[in-house]
Amino acid sequence: MRAPSSREAALGEVLLAVEDVSLAFGGVRALTSVSFDIRKGEIRAIIGPNGAGKTSMLNVINGFYQPQSGRITFKGKERTSMRPYAAAEGGIARTFQNLALFKGMTTLDNILAGRALKMRRGFFWQLIHHGPALREEVEHRRRVEEIIDFLEIAAIRKIPVGRLPYGLQKRVELGRALAMEPDLLLLDEPMAGMNLEEKEDMSRFILDVNQQYGTTIALIEHDMGVVMDLSDRVVVLDYGRKIADATPDEVKSDTNVIRAYLGEPHGVSV
Amino acid sequence: MQSVDLGLDTLPKLLIHNAGAIGSRPAMRHKDLGIWQAWTWAQMLEEVRAFSIGLGELGLKRGDKFTIIGSNRPRLYWAMCAGQALGAVPVPVYADAVADEMAFVLAHAEAMLAVVQDQEQVDKIIAVSDRLPHLGQVIYDELRGLKDYDHGRLIAFEDVQSIGRKKLASDPECLRHWEAGVAAGKGSDLSVILYTSGTTGRSKGVMLTHENTIVSARNANAFDRLDQDEEVIAYLPLAWVGDYIFSYVQSYVAGYCVNCPEAPDTVVQDRREIGTTYAFAPPRVYENVLTLTTVRMADASALKRKVFDFFIAVAGRWGEKILDGEKVPLTARVLYGLGNLFVYGPLMNQFGLSRIRVAYTAGEAIGPEIFRFWRGIGLNLKQLYGQTEASVYISAQPDGEIYADTVGKASPDVEIKISDAGEVMFRSPGVFAGYYKDPDKTAEVLTPDGWVHTGDAGFFDPKTGQLKIIDRAKDVGRLSDGTVFAPKYIENKLKFYPNIREAVAIGAGRDVVCAMINIDLTAVGSWAERNNVVFGSYQELAANPRVYDMIARHIDEVNRSLAEEEIMAGAQIRRFLILHKELDPDDGELTRTQKLRRGHIIDRYAPLVEAFYDGSATAEISTEVTFEDGHKGVIAARLVIRDMQPYPARAAKMERAA
Repeated sequence: MRAPSSREAALGEVLLAVEDVSLAFGGVRALTSVSFDIRKGEIRAIIGPNGAGKTSMLNVINGFYQPQSGRITFKGKERTSMRPYAAAEGGIARTFQNLALFKGMTTLDNILAGRALKMRRGFFWQLIHHGPALREEVEHRRRVEEIIDFLEIAAIRKIPVGRLPYGLQKRVELGRALAMEPDLLLLDEPMAGMNLEEKEDMSRFILDVNQQYGTTIALIEHDMGVVMDLSDRVVVLDYGRKIADATPDEVKSDTNVIRAYLGEPHGVSV
Repeated sequence: MQSVDLGLDTLPKLLIHNAGAIGSRPAMRHKDLGIWQAWTWAQMLEEVRAFSIGLGELGLKRGDKFTIIGSNRPRLYWAMCAGQALGAVPVPVYADAVADEMAFVLAHAEAMLAVVQDQEQVDKIIAVSDRLPHLGQVIYDELRGLKDYDHGRLIAFEDVQSIGRKKLASDPECLRHWEAGVAAGKGSDLSVILYTSGTTGRSKGVMLTHENTIVSARNANAFDRLDQDEEVIAYLPLAWVGDYIFSYVQSYVAGYCVNCPEAPDTVVQDRREIGTTYAFAPPRVYENVLTLTTVRMADASALKRKVFDFFIAVAGRWGEKILDGEKVPLTARVLYGLGNLFVYGPLMNQFGLSRIRVAYTAGEAIGPEIFRFWRGIGLNLKQLYGQTEASVYISAQPDGEIYADTVGKASPDVEIKISDAGEVMFRSPGVFAGYYKDPDKTAEVLTPDGWVHTGDAGFFDPKTGQLKIIDRAKDVGRLSDGTVFAPKYIENKLKFYPNIREAVAIGAGRDVVCAMINIDLTAVGSWAERNNVVFGSYQELAANPRVYDMIARHIDEVNRSLAEEEIMAGAQIRRFLILHKELDPDDGELTRTQKLRRGHIIDRYAPLVEAFYDGSATAEISTEVTFEDGHKGVIAARLVIRDMQPYPARAAKMERAA
């Protein structure tokens, strides 16, 4: 009855591979020849000091930025240019560093919005709201209710998200991403601006998502403690270059990583 | 004494009876995935029976103890009855108990098996499993988060049920055998052990028989004419006797439906959807709702506030009289009718109380102002006085005989007397069978002729003939000059103010009364927002001089009202401070039912108490706190102590002679 320990054996094949990706904005090189992979079922962290290129990397993965060179292979298919819409359809969902929710809509509606891509019936069918369209909506609602239950946000189901505290809004955003039933979930600083208790809650949800739905997760996070506790493997970026790629324990003692973090306000208090 | 008729002297027998007599009526509902799922009595019997037979296959047998830990969910209630059908004894544990408390109860009760809600509880059991040599299987309701655990000892609730169902299908003798087991149970059998979260020391296991609880429940149902049409919501801790009687035994006896909320924080919305007809809550719940209302109204527009204030004043003046069926002038009736349309009705609806017939408050004294507010707006709120040792009911207020400061007349079949020392004692069919494995403690409380010492000081009010509880007998003290000092009486006056969440009055054996205050973060936080008071934490807000000014005004008003009462006039508050942290059961400052553990608080904050009486203007304190996950930290602070000016005792208002 002991809690789970070693998970390395459980990691599956490569889900997403980034090979030699470079991205520049004019003269600013955001990413330089970065290569790493994300394997099915793992929690992969991307860390690094401010301006290291973490969010750029995430934006490249979900097609928001087009890298100047390099290859990205997702589910065995290579792609060089991709739109975020296609990434979403392909099974990549994300949350944002600064929330991107519909503030005036309720928690329920925000999460239902995450189902938009899964809706098969068109606008007119939905207008008629009978037969197949109704059945489909009931099914979507059931999925959303499962997520509400899972994230323990039943009490705020009917509350407009603009009125919720920040920590709960983050949770709703996670819910909306989950509603897409993604193969790969990208989390951009899921704990930013949270207090200890909220961070602990969020960590538990991330672990549970990974375990319950088997969702592969890539996350960017500043809080080193969180990263070390949650992730299976860690990529460390510094000035757009990859300086380490290993398990949390190995990364902790890596001299390059320590050097990159020295003088940074966060320190390596891990 | 009403006897248990029809041989329905155990809860499993009642279940079988109900499944036959009112099989198609709803017995239980649970909101799951946003939809109310219902079980009829017949369906519930099937669920309980399958689980019970499954438990039997796992080895649970007559006389075994097993534990139940979690929030109010149908499966946990079913587990109680399923175990009882085998003659085993459920030992519910507070779901928010920390692992250490849980270990004590489980080890003391020698629990063989655990039925728990989720991963959180499983983790706690794992953490202390080396202290629980008796514990075997752990049955869980929710799989979430448990997938990767070693399932050697873990088993899902539905898997136990399918063991039972398979056995039922394959063995033709199984059903008869199970029913014979139920029939072999007797009313005098031990039905449950409830560990009291005692205000002093380690908790004690109160043993109640089926007959204790069933007779108590039957009398209570008759007293308030409760029948199978009632709807109640189960939201109080499973391990509390109130929930056991109210959400389980009374429901089985009357046949009414128990509704389990979706989550602990959706109770108000769920109650609104169900429209409960009968409610039971500690004063804190009524207080919190009132605080919430007051805070929201303070944020409302001026017009709304005026309308609200006007009609609340009308309710205060006439509401109770109308509720009690007294004669009132026509204008009052018209005004009250309008108030009902604009304020009381919507307010009651907001809190899901539109259909309520009877609401009780118990567990602690309720502030008279809070009590009158609720009755004023039309809630038939009554007080009752009870104890785990009594299967709840000792006294209750009959309809139409409601007073804010009494706890009613002896409940049916209950005898009450006041000992020479002023302690309330009772004797009834609900009297417990003793403390589990603690005959010494039992002998201290239970006399050979069946009387129980309640530990509460009280007297019969000569005016109303009803029982009045002053305080815990050991808490009623005297100041050094001999003035009576009833701390709870003073604290309750303070706690009426929405800004004050908790108060601790100190003074026994001292020359004056001092008080430690806990502010209410919701109320004071909202005030701070409106008044541009910036704060980053509870501690910062509590230390704000303007918050001190506000609390000082409240204390001044309390002192003025104390001055009007002859026996209390000498016990006005002379000095106070605002604590830097909220009192918390995890730190042992409150019990799990949120009662003050005064002795512990005074020890813990000894430097503050010292500073009160040596005249210091500030006091240093550093306290160890326990976080939710069990790890400990230290909070340090320098607190300001304020002096208050007492009022002279007012001779004119001295009607209430001691």
